[in-house]
Amino acid sequence: MRRTALNSVYELAQTDDRIVFIGSDLGPGVLAEMKQAMPERFFMEGVSEQHIVGMAAGLAMEGFIPYVNTIATFLTRRCYEQVALDLCLQDLPVRLIANGGGVVYAPLGPTHLAVEDISLFRSLPNMTILSPCDAQEMGHLMQQTVDWSHPIYIRLAKGGDKIVSRADSKPEIGKAELLREPGNGLFVTTGVMAQLALEAAEQLEKDGIGCGVLHLHTVKPLDGESLSQWLPQARHIITVEEHTLIGGLGSALLEFCSDHLPAQTSKIRRVGIPDHFADRYGSQTSLWMHWGITVETLYQQMHRAITG
Amino acid sequence: MSVPSLDSRSRYLRRLVIKMIEVGGRGHIGPALSLIEILRVLYDSVLRYRPSESEWPERDRFILSKGHGCLALYAVLADKGFLPLEELETYGKSTSRLGGHPERHKIPGIEASTGALGHGLPIGVGMAIAAKIRKQSQRIFVVTGDGEINEGSVWEAAMSASKHQLSNLTVLVDYNKLQSYGPTKEVLNLEPLVEKWQSFGFAVKEVDGHNVSELEQLFKKLPLNSQKPTAVICHTIKGKGLPFAEGQPEWHHKSRLSETQISEMYACLEE
Repeated sequence: MRRTALNSVYELAQTDDRIVFIGSDLGPGVLAEMKQAMPERFFMEGVSEQHIVGMAAGLAMEGFIPYVNTIATFLTRRCYEQVALDLCLQDLPVRLIANGGGVVYAPLGPTHLAVEDISLFRSLPNMTILSPCDAQEMGHLMQQTVDWSHPIYIRLAKGGDKIVSRADSKPEIGKAELLREPGNGLFVTTGVMAQLALEAAEQLEKDGIGCGVLHLHTVKPLDGESLSQWLPQARHIITVEEHTLIGGLGSALLEFCSDHLPAQTSKIRRVGIPDHFADRYGSQTSLWMHWGITVETLYQQMHRAITG
Repeated sequence: MSVPSLDSRSRYLRRLVIKMIEVGGRGHIGPALSLIEILRVLYDSVLRYRPSESEWPERDRFILSKGHGCLALYAVLADKGFLPLEELETYGKSTSRLGGHPERHKIPGIEASTGALGHGLPIGVGMAIAAKIRKQSQRIFVVTGDGEINEGSVWEAAMSASKHQLSNLTVLVDYNKLQSYGPTKEVLNLEPLVEKWQSFGFAVKEVDGHNVSELEQLFKKLPLNSQKPTAVICHTIKGKGLPFAEGQPEWHHKSRLSETQISEMYACLEE
């Protein structure tokens, strides 16, 4: 997914001279071809995220479309004020490509776990938040980032993630993707959680329980139209996110339902990360297991909800 | 350093600032009054711009990074015709375009929304790089406060400006030696300031920030070095023009000023 995102930047830059790339202090060789082919539009600026976001704003004010890339925590926590004021207040088309969304960097500990990034950015006016489920979907969405006239946060997963998006689908920024028709149950997911939900839905099907998966690659703006169409069709809804339960996808859904679909609110349960810093290392999947973000948990929770 | 007394234009621009304080009831007086001559010279003699076409592509870019000094900028922009002079009397009203910090898209001539400190120089670096990529000749001027450059983002941007040899970028430090709490040398000493900017790769000059002819002479020489960004340390006096406010930290921001106090301010700045 990361490779797809970055390669897309170079690919897009070849036909659009407004596109520039800014990294902080990334690994050696990142976008080496772009650096060689168009050095005037490739910037590696060092460990200076506050500056980088401001610099991107300055370039955007002059008509460029900067794609900024570094680790998600540094692009959210470190320079929040720059994102809020330089990008969102002034509504500039800067794209923030965030490595390691969620707990990808589990072995590196809480300093590197981006578990509140969606919550932080969801509260910023003008911000768009993308969290694709796989590289295929990322590729489609990256094409659309060029002409989106607002700042965008792009949350990357680990990479090498199983392709679960439909080959024939044409995902659009701001539009939810129905990956599986709802039955009695419906999982609503973002990012790679779609993969877990699809597997859980398949297991439920073996028990004769119909369960759908509605995937929100765009967490903001929320696709109210799709939610209004699909949520009423299920009896039980579980949101699944690799993110703190405070302020992420589940919160967004509950807020939306409270405002627009109050009858749906009581159907919704949420799976995500509890309100404390990670107290162990391990791997992304071992942390998921620790917090009950697994296929088995999703299966059991939905099964219990539907069968009582 | 001998400072010439303020001429009639400097007093006039200050009266516009006081008018805004009078109608708005509050504002950052001290930080605006230290800026007047810097802005006046930039807009009178240095910057290329078209008031009726504020987004003219070939204009020079000016960013007031110390956004709390905006009363001075509003006064100069109105004087130059970016906005009607009478609009200054809306300052601070709920529906006015003129708030306590300047906002892009609201006010013609405001290039960047500032107010939180340490944002202007990174944005200026981006603009300067944009001009370089497109081989355009516009210049970028950023005014920072002295307390403002406590912010680490300023120095991140300074390193970047130097790396990219942005000779089209000039940072002007309004060095009035007072930040909100008190003297900069006590709150967080900036010295040696000239050497600091030099060590970050800037060509540096010092100037009396209230001496119009000195400022004009210096600005004519920009860039000071064709391979480096420029930093100009403007030695100024916070509250300049109001003897009772000069160098007084409590005049950083004032509210609830009485009619008598307003009259005293005008009395210092008569034609």
